[in-house]
Amino acid sequence: MTVVAPDETPLAQQRQQRLRLWLLLAPGALWLFFFFVLPLLIVMLYSFATPGPTGNVIWQFNFDSYITLVGKDLYFNAYYRSLWVGIQTTVICLLVGYPLALYMTLAEPKQRNLLLFLVLIPFWTNFLVRTYAWMIILSNNGLINDLLQMLGFAKQLLYPSAGAVLVGLIYGNLPFMVLPLYASLARFDFTLMEASADLGAGRWRSFWRIMFPLTVPGVVAGSVLVFIPTVGQFVVSDLLGGSKVDLLGNLLQRLFTRSNPPNWPLGSALALVFMFVLTVIVIIYFRTTTEEDR
Amino acid sequence: MTNASAVVLQQVTKRFQNVTAVDAIDLDIRDGEFFSMLGPSGCGKTTTLRMIAGFEFPSSGVISLAGAQVEKIPAHLRNVNTVFQSYALFPHMTVAENIAFGLEMKNVPRADIKPRVDAALAMVQLSNYGTRRPKQLSGGQQQRVALARALVNRPKVLLLDEPLGALDLKLRKEMQIELKRLQQEVGITFIYVTHDQEEALTMSDRIAVMNQGKLLQVGSPTEIYERPSSRFVADFIGEANFIDGHVIDIGAPYCTVRASNGLELQGILQGATTVGAAVTIAIRPEKLRLTVQSPDNVSTLAAKVEQVVYIGSDTRLTVRLSDTITLDVWEQNNRSTLDRDAYWQRGEQGFVTWNPDNALILTA
Amino acid sequence: MIDVPVPASRPPSDTRSTIGRRLLGLNAWLTYIFLYAPIVILVLFSFTTDTFGVRWTGFTLDWYVRLARDTRMINATINTLWVALVATIISTVCGTLLALAMERYRFRGRNGMDALLYLPIVIPEIVMALALLAFFSFAFGLLESLTGIKLRMNIWTVIISHVAFCISFVVVVVRASLKGFDMRLEEAGADLGADPQTIFWRITLPLIMPGVIGGALLAFTLSLDDFIISFFTVGPGTNLLPVEVYGRVKRAITPSINAISTIMLLVSMTLVFLSQFVQRQRD
Repeated sequence: MTVVAPDETPLAQQRQQRLRLWLLLAPGALWLFFFFVLPLLIVMLYSFATPGPTGNVIWQFNFDSYITLVGKDLYFNAYYRSLWVGIQTTVICLLVGYPLALYMTLAEPKQRNLLLFLVLIPFWTNFLVRTYAWMIILSNNGLINDLLQMLGFAKQLLYPSAGAVLVGLIYGNLPFMVLPLYASLARFDFTLMEASADLGAGRWRSFWRIMFPLTVPGVVAGSVLVFIPTVGQFVVSDLLGGSKVDLLGNLLQRLFTRSNPPNWPLGSALALVFMFVLTVIVIIYFRTTTEEDR
Repeated sequence: MTNASAVVLQQVTKRFQNVTAVDAIDLDIRDGEFFSMLGPSGCGKTTTLRMIAGFEFPSSGVISLAGAQVEKIPAHLRNVNTVFQSYALFPHMTVAENIAFGLEMKNVPRADIKPRVDAALAMVQLSNYGTRRPKQLSGGQQQRVALARALVNRPKVLLLDEPLGALDLKLRKEMQIELKRLQQEVGITFIYVTHDQEEALTMSDRIAVMNQGKLLQVGSPTEIYERPSSRFVADFIGEANFIDGHVIDIGAPYCTVRASNGLELQGILQGATTVGAAVTIAIRPEKLRLTVQSPDNVSTLAAKVEQVVYIGSDTRLTVRLSDTITLDVWEQNNRSTLDRDAYWQRGEQGFVTWNPDNALILTA
Repeated sequence: MIDVPVPASRPPSDTRSTIGRRLLGLNAWLTYIFLYAPIVILVLFSFTTDTFGVRWTGFTLDWYVRLARDTRMINATINTLWVALVATIISTVCGTLLALAMERYRFRGRNGMDALLYLPIVIPEIVMALALLAFFSFAFGLLESLTGIKLRMNIWTVIISHVAFCISFVVVVVRASLKGFDMRLEEAGADLGADPQTIFWRITLPLIMPGVIGGALLAFTLSLDDFIISFFTVGPGTNLLPVEVYGRVKRAITPSINAISTIMLLVSMTLVFLSQFVQRQRD
C-alpha cells in the first residue's frame, strides 16, 4: 500500500501496519463483542437456566424451557401467527411497492427526485408516530367512522383488530420495500425491454422473462427488510391490535417484563428459536430466489 | 437483387414535445439492400431506425414493411430485428438462451430451436460459446452474439444501430467486412445507422445522409461522394474546399460563378438556380493540382504555398489564392523518389488547376 | 443505508398512455395518498380544539402551549437528544475506523468481521433488545455479588445499546463512500512528501466526509426513532421520548401527543433534507 522507505526494514514496517490495523479495528470490534456478541451468548445461557418463583433466575441448567416451547400450543401458535402476518405484510408491500418503484423509475428526472423524496420522508419518520396516526384515523370517533356514518352505515369497531394491525404494518414497512426495489430498477437497463420486444415478446412476457429476474436482488432485499422487523415487532400489534392480536413480540415482551412472574429462561429460549427460524427462512429465501440468476 | 421495396417511409415525422426529431422523411429501401443512414449525432437517424423497429411511433406519416402498413403496430409484432448499440444481451441468460429467446417467443417448436441456435452460433463463429454468459465474452464476441440473436429469427429487415461504436479501430474494420459478408450470405435487408462516413462508404449499397431531422441525399457511395447535392453533404463526407460566390452565367455543361474576390470560375451546376443567385463551389482537395507553370485553362489560379504536411502517401498543401481564400490541395506522392524537387516548399508560387467537371456548384 | 442510484439507462421514450401505464400511475397516486393521509391528518389534528384529538372542531395552539409546560415530556426530549448525540458521536468514530479497516486491509477473520457487522442489521430488533437487557442484568448482578457495588440501568445503558446497533449502519454507509475512493490520490499525497497521518487528515478524511456525515445522520435518526431497544434497556428512573409517548398512547389519544408527534415529524423531515443535501454534495 505504501512505498517502503530504504532505511525502514520491512519487518518494522509490517509491525507498524499491524498496529495501525489494530487501532482501526479495536474500538468498534470490542464494542460489538461486549455489547452484541456477549449479550447473545448470555441469552443462550439464560435459556438453559431455571426460572425462580419471583421472576429471578436460578442457575440450574436444563432443557426445560425448550421442552415447554415445543409442548405448548400457545408458543407454536405465536410463531405461526407472527410468520403469517409477516408473509402477508411482505407480499402486499411487494405487490404495491414494485409497481410504485417502477413508476418512479419511469418518471421524468425532476419528478423522479420528488417521488423518491416522498418515499424517503416516511422512511425516516418515527415508526411510533406513524402507527399512532392510524389510531387517530381508525378510532371510534375518527375519520373513517365519520365517513361510514355519513354514507349511512353503522359505526364499526375498527381497532383494536387484526385488520388494523395489518394496515399499520403495511403502512410502516412499505418504504423499506420500495427503496431497494427502486435502487434495483434504477440500475436496470431498459434497452433490454426493447430488445425483448424486438424479439417478439409482449410487455407481460418481457416483464416476467427479463425485468423481474434481473430485479430479483431488489425484491429479496426489500422482502427481508420488511419481513424481519414485521415478524419481531410488538408495537403495532400492541397499539392497533390490543389484546386481540398476540404475536411473538408481544409474548416476548410479556415474558421479560410483565407476566406474573417474568420468565427469562423461557423468553430467552423463545427469542433464540425465533432468531434461528427466521435465519433459516431468510437463507432458504435467498437461495431459492438467487440461485438461477446469479 | 430484386427491386421490390423492403421498407417504405412516406412523410414520416416524429416530434418530441416541441422538438422535431424527424421531419417529413420519404425513403424507399429495396429488398436485399445494405442501406446506411449517415449523419451527425442528433440528426434523427436513430429515431428513424427506432420507428422502423417499432420502439417509437411516428407523429405522422406512413411506414410500410414488405408492402404492409405497420406504423401503429408495436415492436413485438413486427418482423424486423435490431442489433443494439449496447448489444442489450440478457445478462441472466446464456449465449444460447439469448439466441433462442426470439424463437421461443414465436413459439417455434422446441425441437427446431436447438439446431437453429447452433446454426446461428456457427454463422458468427461462436460454436463453442453457447453455455457462456454474455459478461464472459469480449466486446467483439458480444457483438456477434447480438447479430446471431437477431438473424436467427430470419427477419425481413435487420436494423443495426451503430453496432460497431464500442469496438476498437482494428476490430471495427474486421467487423465491417464480416458484416458485409454476412449480409450477402443471408440476403436480408440491412439498415445500418452510423455517424462514421468511412463505415458507411465501405459497406453500403446506398446511403441516406441526414441532418437536423431532414433527409438531404440518398444515393450510392460514389454518388454521395462525387456528386453531393449540398454543402452539408460535401462537408460531412470526405473533405472539400468551398468558395462562395454568385451565378453570372448559366450554360451547358458549365456555369460560371463570380467568387467573392472577383475571380470567375466554372463548374457543374447541382440543382437549379438563376443568374445572380448566391451559390457555393465545392472542390475535393484530391481533385486539385498544383503546377509550376500555368496551363492554358480557365480553371487555373495563381497561388502561394502556405503550409506543407507530408503524410507518406500524400502531401497535403494549403495554398492561398487571395486575402480571403485558401484551398487544400492533396498531391499524391507518385513521382520518382530521386527527384529532389518533387516536393513543394512553403512560400513557393504556383498555379492551382482543376477539371471544371469536378467543381460542383451547390445551391444549398 | 440504501444506495439509490440514478437510473442507468434512458427509460423507453414510448410514452403512449397504455392501460398498463395508467394502472401504474393510479397505483402510485393511491399509494402516496395512503402514505401521506395519516401524516397530514396527524399534523392537522394537533391544532384541533377537540379534546380527544380525533376530529376537527376548530383551530387552537393550546396543545403546543401545554406541551411547553409539560416538564415530563421536555425532560424526555432532552434525554432522547442527549442519547442520540452521544451515540452518534461514538458510533460514527468507531464505524468510520472499522470501515477503513475493512476496506483497506486484508486480515485473518475479515470475513467473520464482515458477517458480524451485518448481524445487528438483520437480526430482529427485539432479540437484540432482550439480549442487552439480559446482559446488563447479568453483568450488574455479577458486579454486585463480587464487589457489592449496586448498578442499575440508566441513560448510559441506553447509549451503549444504541451505539451497538448504530455502528453497523455507519460502517455500511462509510464503506460505500470508500468504494468509490481513488487510491491514487493517497499515493499522490505520499509522492508529494506527506506522512500517513497527514495523508489521512488532509486527503482521505475530507474526501470521505460526505459518507461520514451521511452515516452520522443515519445513526442520529436511528437513535432518535428507536423505541424497542430503548424500551428494554432504559432503567425505571430515566424518561425517553419514544418510551414516554408509547406509555401515553397506550392510555389514550390526546391532542398533546398529536402535537409532540408533529414536532418529531418535523425533525425527521429536516434530517431527510439534510441527508439528501449531503448526498447531492457527494455526487
